[in-house]
Amino acid sequence: MKKMKLSVLLAMFALVIGVLAACGGNAGGEQSEEDNSGSSNSGGGDASETSIVVAGSSAMQPLVAAAAEMYQEDNTDADIQVNAGGSGAGLSQVQEGSIDIGNSDVFAEEKEGIDADALVDHQVAVVGMTAAINPEAGVDNLTKEQLIDVFTGEVTNWSEVGGNDMKITLVNRPDSSGTRATFVKYGLEGATPAEGITEDSSNTVKQIVGDTDGAIGYLALSYFDDDSIVKAKIDGVEATNETIGSGDFPIWAYQHSYTKGEAEGLAKEFLDYLLSDEVQSSIVPDQGYVPMTDMQVERDAEGNLTDK
Amino acid sequence: MAKASVSSSAHDRLILTKNNRRWDEVRGRALVTTCAVIMIAATIAITIFLAQKGLQSFFVNNIHPIAYLTSTNWNPTGENASYGIFPFIFGSLAVTFLSALVAAPLGIGAAIFMSEISPKFGKKVLQPVIELLVGIPSVVYGFIGLVVLVPLVRDHLPGNGFSLFAGVVVLTVMILPTVTTIATDAMRSLPNSLRQGSLALGATRWQTIRKVLIPAALPSLLTAIVLGMARAFGEALAVQMVIGNTRDIPGSIFDTSATLTTIVTLNIGHTTDGSIENNTLWSMGLILLIISFIFILVVRYLSGRRKV
Amino acid sequence: MNSRITDRIATGVFYTIAAIMVALLLYLFYFILANGLPQVTWDFLTSESSSYKAGGGIRDQLFNSLYILVITMIITVPLGVFGGVYMAEYAKPGKLTSFIRSCIEMLASLPSIVVGLFGLLIFVNKMGLGYTIIGGALALTIFNIPVMVRVTEDAINSVPKEQKEASLALGITRWHTIKTVLLPYAFPGILTGAILASGRVFGEAAALLYTAGLSTPSLDYGNWNPLADNSPLNIFRPAETLAVHIWSVNTQGLIPDIREVANGASAVLVIAVLVFNILARWLGSVIHKKLTAGK
Repeated sequence: MKKMKLSVLLAMFALVIGVLAACGGNAGGEQSEEDNSGSSNSGGGDASETSIVVAGSSAMQPLVAAAAEMYQEDNTDADIQVNAGGSGAGLSQVQEGSIDIGNSDVFAEEKEGIDADALVDHQVAVVGMTAAINPEAGVDNLTKEQLIDVFTGEVTNWSEVGGNDMKITLVNRPDSSGTRATFVKYGLEGATPAEGITEDSSNTVKQIVGDTDGAIGYLALSYFDDDSIVKAKIDGVEATNETIGSGDFPIWAYQHSYTKGEAEGLAKEFLDYLLSDEVQSSIVPDQGYVPMTDMQVERDAEGNLTDK
Repeated sequence: MAKASVSSSAHDRLILTKNNRRWDEVRGRALVTTCAVIMIAATIAITIFLAQKGLQSFFVNNIHPIAYLTSTNWNPTGENASYGIFPFIFGSLAVTFLSALVAAPLGIGAAIFMSEISPKFGKKVLQPVIELLVGIPSVVYGFIGLVVLVPLVRDHLPGNGFSLFAGVVVLTVMILPTVTTIATDAMRSLPNSLRQGSLALGATRWQTIRKVLIPAALPSLLTAIVLGMARAFGEALAVQMVIGNTRDIPGSIFDTSATLTTIVTLNIGHTTDGSIENNTLWSMGLILLIISFIFILVVRYLSGRRKV
Repeated sequence: MNSRITDRIATGVFYTIAAIMVALLLYLFYFILANGLPQVTWDFLTSESSSYKAGGGIRDQLFNSLYILVITMIITVPLGVFGGVYMAEYAKPGKLTSFIRSCIEMLASLPSIVVGLFGLLIFVNKMGLGYTIIGGALALTIFNIPVMVRVTEDAINSVPKEQKEASLALGITRWHTIKTVLLPYAFPGILTGAILASGRVFGEAAALLYTAGLSTPSLDYGNWNPLADNSPLNIFRPAETLAVHIWSVNTQGLIPDIREVANGASAVLVIAVLVFNILARWLGSVIHKKLTAGK
């Protein structure tokens, strides 16, 4: 009986060590292990470049998945797996080498714990965003000051900004969201939004804004495809591909696809395909993104705007 | 399934020699022990993994644990970042206890109905349908909550619909199947002699249920409630869509609120591995585990005392 | 007569509770089916999904859900049942055992996203498997073990002492008693646990999102070689399940027919769970009859 117990304990101990060894690499970062995982995941690396794994930003997932679907129709032996999980997770994974392409809706430089120099940035599209307002509020244009006042809680009734007498309900994004970061930086000039309902997914935000009287949130232009929400002009400028391309409309961000080092093999072919006319002139505008070719201005990681 | 081999056992029993039997016992014990070891090892491994991730914000990022637990200021991205998760702990506990408070009587009541009052209808119709509820994805519950429940609450009760209350309703529906099915099995597995004995003594059905059956089934009924509460405590996707996810402590049941799980779910994908934001979120996971552990111990202690 | 009146009232209360449950169930199913069924066509069930075109189906997702379910159950059921048997029969009652029991129960309250990220860091990143069915199944096993173990343990503990002791007194070994007396008797309870667990497999999204992924390679349903890349049976391929598909379409989807696909997929999921439960119950009663017929 005693012996039995001892052996049980020993076996358990061995198993725990085994599992921990697998996750221990986390803290220590064993080089050989990481190298292994990198190559085995890119579908055998040099042996057969027919399979790549993409992960990261959930907002970008539909765009990249659509491009992958089109690409695979023409190249039937290519296998491109497009996953989501969030920009942060995607950047961590690509840095670690466990995926081939990491999608992010913010610059890698803006994320803590990412060595941006080791990653190569491929800007595949531009996403514009603007305030989405419930139609009952009766407002479709806000000046930048008004926008900031509304989102910081200075103004709590739509009548104060020229709308109906109706309480304002804010719909925010989570603190760490890239959409929030972009909106706060370029829409609110860095002002911290007041507390409000917080949702992560664009379709949910759209649903809430459309449903709740007096609600305001912010959405990528792709989601303004029906009358349930009002697409707000900022300082009288409507967000369109032209106004964003010319730099007149300020709230936009790049959609980044990062690779660890220069892209090779199928990853390179696919990224080239993403930037090709075939994609930039079809699904990119179809999904409400601004094609890279329309951009006459460019922005660096610090947010400085320059003419192209 | 795995037990198919058992079916011929009646026959086996007769031809098994003593020797065979002893060997059989050793094998059986080895099999069962191995499974238990794997299971326990996995449990320990996950606990250690979570502890290792979750303690980093205290040891690596030097956040004071007491401040982390008791501060009500959660602002991870601002310039003066502060990490206080008390409002979320409060929210988690509130939704869990309130939904258990509703689901326990409903679930156990339904279990009694199915086992004592109308066994036929219960077994043939009600139970299979209730089990079906477990298979509905959280996101569908959340969506129904968002498009049906929230507007209903907004129109008839104070607040804007997104509230602790809505979260409690959704969670109650989600944990009912777990509570009901396990409670039903507990009631059914009580020996019939208990019922007959009590009824023969002249007790009414209700007296039998209250004085004999419920006390006899109490440990299992508590298990049902604990597992239900555990599910409520850990549920995120559905609650997140109706609770509003604000960082303030709710003033009433109709105020917006947030739970540990919703904050983790909303933010963790956006953060990079090893960053301070990511670490504080893992710490929330660890806190969640510790709270539920304490909670389970309390229930065990109470149920142990009752039995004596 | 007081007790008789109380009895009446109590019975009335139980009927009311049952009525509330039935009304709730009916409403939920009505909502899901009424919204979803009109979208479900043969084409919807048999075509591939699309990320940008309208009219995508859910063929692969449906298959993936069922396949992940099978794989998960192959791991979970033996582990959970034998683990439960150990806890009920072999483990010495005491502080350590009850501590372990509490630890296992604690696992049940882990948020699915934490389990998902655990899976992401271990299976996907560290072990380098990538997004795979087996990774998803292992993550789901973590959720389901607590339920399986607890339910098995409870079921075995509820076997009348006399039955067990009679068997042991006849000189039958403990393991043989478990096989021939305890497990057959506890079978209905264990089956309930397994059905609950499989329900969670069908419905889980957050954990699978990080472990089994959001994509499915183009599958060749004629290829049954489990090692081939395009075989549906390959457990080392990524697989988007129905619940994950509903999640991703609902939250970020940009296809023109978001609502149609999400509602249709929800209805199919509910029906799949229903069919599965009925089959499991039926199979369960057949097995149970066989097991207990020997008595």
